[in-house]
This record gives sequence, C-alpha cells and structure tokens, in this order.
Amino acid sequence: MSDLDQTDRRLIAATQAGLPLTARPYAQIARDLNLTEAQVIYRLSALQDLGIIRRIAVAPNHYALGMTANGMSVWDVEDAQAEILGPEVGALDFVSHCYLRPRARPVWPYNLFAMLHGTSRAEVEQKRRVIRDLLGPACRSDDILYSTRILKKTGLRLRDG
Amino acid sequence: MSRQTLAPDALDAMDRQILNRLQDGFPLTPHPFDDAAAPLGLTGDQLIERLSRLREIGAITRFGPFFDAAAMGGDFCLCALTAPQGDFDRIADLVNAHPEVAHNYARDHELNMWFVLATPTPEGIAETAARIEAETGLTVWRFPKLQEFFIGFRVQA
Repeated sequence: MSDLDQTDRRLIAATQAGLPLTARPYAQIARDLNLTEAQVIYRLSALQDLGIIRRIAVAPNHYALGMTANGMSVWDVEDAQAEILGPEVGALDFVSHCYLRPRARPVWPYNLFAMLHGTSRAEVEQKRRVIRDLLGPACRSDDILYSTRILKKTGLRLRDG
Repeated sequence: MSRQTLAPDALDAMDRQILNRLQDGFPLTPHPFDDAAAPLGLTGDQLIERLSRLREIGAITRFGPFFDAAAMGGDFCLCALTAPQGDFDRIADLVNAHPEVAHNYARDHELNMWFVLATPTPEGIAETAARIEAETGLTVWRFPKLQEFFIGFRVQA
C-alpha cells in the first residue's frame, strides 16, 4: 500500500522488533517519535484496519513449548478442488499456515501447502492422515518435508522511511 | 530463536493462560497491560513481569504488531533450491548473506533448502532470486502464494 506516509513508516520501524514492556508502551513509542500517545494508538488502529498490521499479539516459541516436530505437508490437488478444500485444511487447528502455490513440474507437482506442528513426528504423521482423509480422491499425490535445521531466522525488516 | 524445549515445570498455569490469551490480540489503549491483565485476575505490573520472564526463558519469540509485507507494498516469496550435499553450508552462507532472506530451513527432500524472501517492492523478489542464482549457479524455484486460506491455528501452551 503506497499511501503509507513517513510517520507510518517510522512507526512500523519503531515497533517491528516488538512493543516495550512498560505500563504505557504507546506513550513510550510516541516519545521516541515525537508524537502523542493518542496519535500512536490512532495510527496503529488504522494500520490494523487496513490489514497492514495483522494483529498485535504474543508469538509463542513452539519449540520451547514442546512442539519440536514441524513438517511442511504438500499436496497435489486438482485446481478447482483446491479452491474448495484449501479453506477446510486451513481451518484445522493444527495447521499453522495454508497456501495455494504454483507447481514447478517436473520437480514439484504440489500446489497446496499446509504446515503441521506436533510434539513428535508420529503426531505430525497422524495429523497428515487427517488431511489425507479430508482431501480424499481430489489429491493425486503428497509428501511431507521435515525441517532438519534452521539456517536463518530473522523477523521482517522494513527500511526506515 | 531457541529450538530447546523448556522443562515441563518452567511454566505455571497462569503463564499458559497468558500465552494462550495473548496470541489472539493485545489492546490498543493507553494502559494495555492493565486491560489485558484484568480478565486474567492480574495487575498490569504482574503481567509485564510475567511477560518479561517468558521472553527471557525463550517461551515467546515476539510480542508486538505482526505486519503484512504485501500490504505495505512489498512482497514475500517462498523459494527452494537443491544444494549439493558436499557444498550445502557454503550455499547456505551465500543465500543467508542476502538481507532479503528472512528465514531459511534445511529440509529432507531433493529440494533441500527452503527460504523466504521479503522485499520492499514486488520486483525485489525476482531480482534477489536472480542474484542468488548467479552466485550459486543453482536454480531458485519460486513458490509465491496464490491464495492464503484462513488460519485457525493457535499454539496450545
């Protein structure tokens, strides 16, 4: 969205690492940016209404909470069916991300991606079977790619201004 | 981010309630910690204290606004390549050196390296992928999202 102004961009830059853990976090951000607390709250609300901020929330570390098995399940679902079944897969409470993506034949026949999390691979495999049952004959083939190592992880970085 | 699992007694019932409740949202009010703490039966100061500790022990990876890069005029793209086994770490270094690479995972598949590009403009994706291809001599397969389906997921703490 190109109608973000300079102040919005400064506000995004100032909050993308997180909110300060102080009683009046928006007032503290306001001081740093030479704004008022009311302006910060108003602008953050507007950004949330525009969908630029998806939500303001806590992101738990799912590894720390014992969810150490993480698999990217991928499915080759007939295109028209994928539009119908994709939302049903995304609504499952153990699916953290669910997207329709282009295939890259012949190396990659899969178009539906669903990220699965569990405390063990056995649990993830059981969840995978739930999706397989849900997709039924609409799915031609599937696979699951477990992450073996995190090579890099940084948050989203937007250049200031 | 740590991949270590916390000891089972690291979190008490209130910590778990906080993690479960605050995944859904946080108030945009002058005293947001007071407002978020009240339904939990805590004071704002107690909530701040617990959140600080949860962050310190690594139970929380982030607390704050989650931005949508595409809505800001930029773009995200999932990419993958096949790095030859003996050369894997060198390729990972070449890929990770790009600030546009937000995260990168080794996965057990012929396409064994999966990373996300985040760029301030939509054109940045193709440009960055082309630079990585030139540096590594490998094909970078791009899997941009065509559609995102509703996500009901919450980590149950």
